[in-house]
Amino acid sequence: MSTRPGARPRVRRPWRSVADGAAVLIAAAVAFPLYWMVLSAFKPAGEIRSDRPVPWTLSPSLDAFRRVFAQEDFGRYFLNSLLVAGTVVVASALLAFLAATAVARFRFRLRTTLLILILTAQMVPVEALTIPLFFLMRDIGALNTLLSLVLPHLAFSLPFAIWMLRGFVKAVPEALEEQAFIDGASRTRFLWQILFPLVLPGLVATSVFSFISTWNDFLFAKSFIISATENSTLPMALLVFFDTETPDWGGVMAASTVMTVPVLVFFVCVHRRLVSGLGGAVK
Amino acid sequence: MSVRHRTSARAPARNGAPTSARERAPARDRAPARDRAPARVRPLRHPGWTPWLYLAPALVVLAGLLVYPVYQLGLISVLEYTQAQVSGGEPTSFQGLANYAELLGDAQFWDVLLATVVFAGCCVLGTVAVGCGLAVLLTRIRALPRLLLMLAALGAWATPAITGSTVWVFLFDPDFGPVNRMLGLGDHSWTYGRYSAFTLVLLEVVWCSFPLVMVVTYAGIRAVPGEVLEAAALDGAGVWRTWRSVLAPMLRPVLIVVTIQSVIWDFKVFTQIYVMTDGGGIAGQNLVLNVYAYQKAFASAEYSLGSAIGVVMLLILLAVTLVYLKLLRRNGEEI
Repeated sequence: MSTRPGARPRVRRPWRSVADGAAVLIAAAVAFPLYWMVLSAFKPAGEIRSDRPVPWTLSPSLDAFRRVFAQEDFGRYFLNSLLVAGTVVVASALLAFLAATAVARFRFRLRTTLLILILTAQMVPVEALTIPLFFLMRDIGALNTLLSLVLPHLAFSLPFAIWMLRGFVKAVPEALEEQAFIDGASRTRFLWQILFPLVLPGLVATSVFSFISTWNDFLFAKSFIISATENSTLPMALLVFFDTETPDWGGVMAASTVMTVPVLVFFVCVHRRLVSGLGGAVK
Repeated sequence: MSVRHRTSARAPARNGAPTSARERAPARDRAPARDRAPARVRPLRHPGWTPWLYLAPALVVLAGLLVYPVYQLGLISVLEYTQAQVSGGEPTSFQGLANYAELLGDAQFWDVLLATVVFAGCCVLGTVAVGCGLAVLLTRIRALPRLLLMLAALGAWATPAITGSTVWVFLFDPDFGPVNRMLGLGDHSWTYGRYSAFTLVLLEVVWCSFPLVMVVTYAGIRAVPGEVLEAAALDGAGVWRTWRSVLAPMLRPVLIVVTIQSVIWDFKVFTQIYVMTDGGGIAGQNLVLNVYAYQKAFASAEYSLGSAIGVVMLLILLAVTLVYLKLLRRNGEEI
C-alpha cells in the first residue's frame, strides 16, 4: 500500500479539483513577486514608469542591467560579496563539522551544557551586537576590510550550522566508526576520509544558511566599511539605486535579480537535503 | 517528482526527528542497549581531550566574536558612552543603571516594545497558519499542483531579505506598482500610515518565512501513518477536525520547534523594517526594538542607550529560549 497522499481514498473528486485549483492560484501568488522582479528588470524604462503596469513586456531590454553593471565598482562589489560569503561558507562548514562531530559522537562532561549554550547562541540578535563589534573591529584594525565582514558572519552562522549538522553526523551509524577502528584507521583518518564524505551533502545544505545570511548582509557592510568603498558589497550597490527620493526601479529590480539568482540556484540544488537537514536540526 | 518528495519527506524520520510518538519510543529503548554493548573499542566512552580538540576552533571564534561582544554590550550599557568617548575625548564613566532608567522612563521605548511584540506575534501567527494550512493542502492535491506550489515556496524562501524587501516595496508602490492598480487603490501610499506600513512588512515577512514551516510540517504529515488518517476519514472527520484532533497533536514537537524558531526570527526582524520603511518609518512610527537600538547607537551616537536596548532584547529572547528548552524537555527529547 502506498502512503502517497494521492493514493488515499478520502478526498472526493470535486473537492480535489477545487484544492488543485486553489493550490495553483496560491503558487502563482507566491511566485508573483519574483516574476515581477525579473520582468521589471527586463522592461524598458518607459514601461517601468508607466502608471498602467502590465504583466508582460513586448520589448525586453537589457538597459537596466547595463546601468547596474556600469555602476562604478559593481563587479568589484559582486566579487567582494562572493569572496566574503565563500570564505564564511567554507570556514563555517569546517569548524561546524568538527564541532558537530564532537557533540554528536562523543560523550563528555559539559556536553549538554555546551549544546544548550549553542542553542542559546542562535537567538542572539546579530544587529544588537553591531555596537560592540564595531569597537572590536576598530581595535583589531579590521575596519574597512573584508575581514570585518567575514569574522562576525562566521561567528553568527556557526551555532545554527553546528546544531543542524549534528543531525547529519548522528545519522552515520556508529558501527561504521567501530569497524574503521578495528581496521586500524586513526581517528583523524576516520574523520576526514570516512565521516567527512558521508556528511558532505548535509554540509552543503547547512551552508545555504550561512551563505544566505552573509550574502544578504548590509548592516555590517554599512557600519564597518565606512571609507574604503572599494571593499563594499552587493547590497550596498543595490541600495544606491533604492535610497533616493525617486528610486530607479529598473535598476533596483535588475540589481535585485542579480543578487537573487545565485541564491536561488544554490537553493534549488540542495533543497532536498535541506528538508532532511531541518528534520535533524528540529531535534 | 512525487517520488523525490517521498524520499525527502521520509528523511527527517530517518534522522530521528520527533515526528511521532512511534518514532521516539525506539530511540529511548536504544540508549540502554548501547550501554550493554561489549566494551571492545569504545572511542566514545573515554574520549579524553579529542572532543575538545574538535571543538576548539569553533569555541575560539564564538568566544571572541559572540561571547565577548555580548559582554561588551552589557558593559557599554552601564557606561556613559557617546561620540566623545568613542573619539577618546572624554573618559568613560560608570553610570550604573542610569541608562536603563532613562530607557524605561522613555515613552517611545514602551511604544516600540509594544509594537515589536504585537508585530512579531502577528508575523508568527501568519507564518505558522499559512505554513500549516498549505502543508495540509499539499497532502490533498495532485502531483503537478504540488510541484508548482513547492517550487513557488522554494523561490520565496531563497529570496534574500533585502531583495525581497525592495521587490515588495515596488509591488506596492503608489505610482508604478501593480498591486494598487489591481486593487483599484489609486495612489494610496502603503508606507505612509503606521498600520498599513506594518501590514506591508508583515506580508513580506510571512511570504519569505512560511515556506520553512510548510516544508517541515508537510514532511511531518508524510511521516504520519496512513491508517491513522484513514481511520479519521472513516469516522467522518473533515479537514479541520482531522488537523485539530489528529495531526496537530501528533505533530506537536515539530510545531513547537517551528513556532519558537519563528518567534526568535520575527522578534529580530531588521532588514525588512529598515529597507521597506526607510529606517523605521515616518517619525519612527514603524520602529521595532532591533532597528530602534541601531538608530539610537549609530544615528544619534547614543551607544549606551542602544546597548541597553540590545540587552533588553537579549533578555527577552533568552526567556523565549528557556521556554523552548523546557518544551523540548517535556517532549522527552534528548539533547
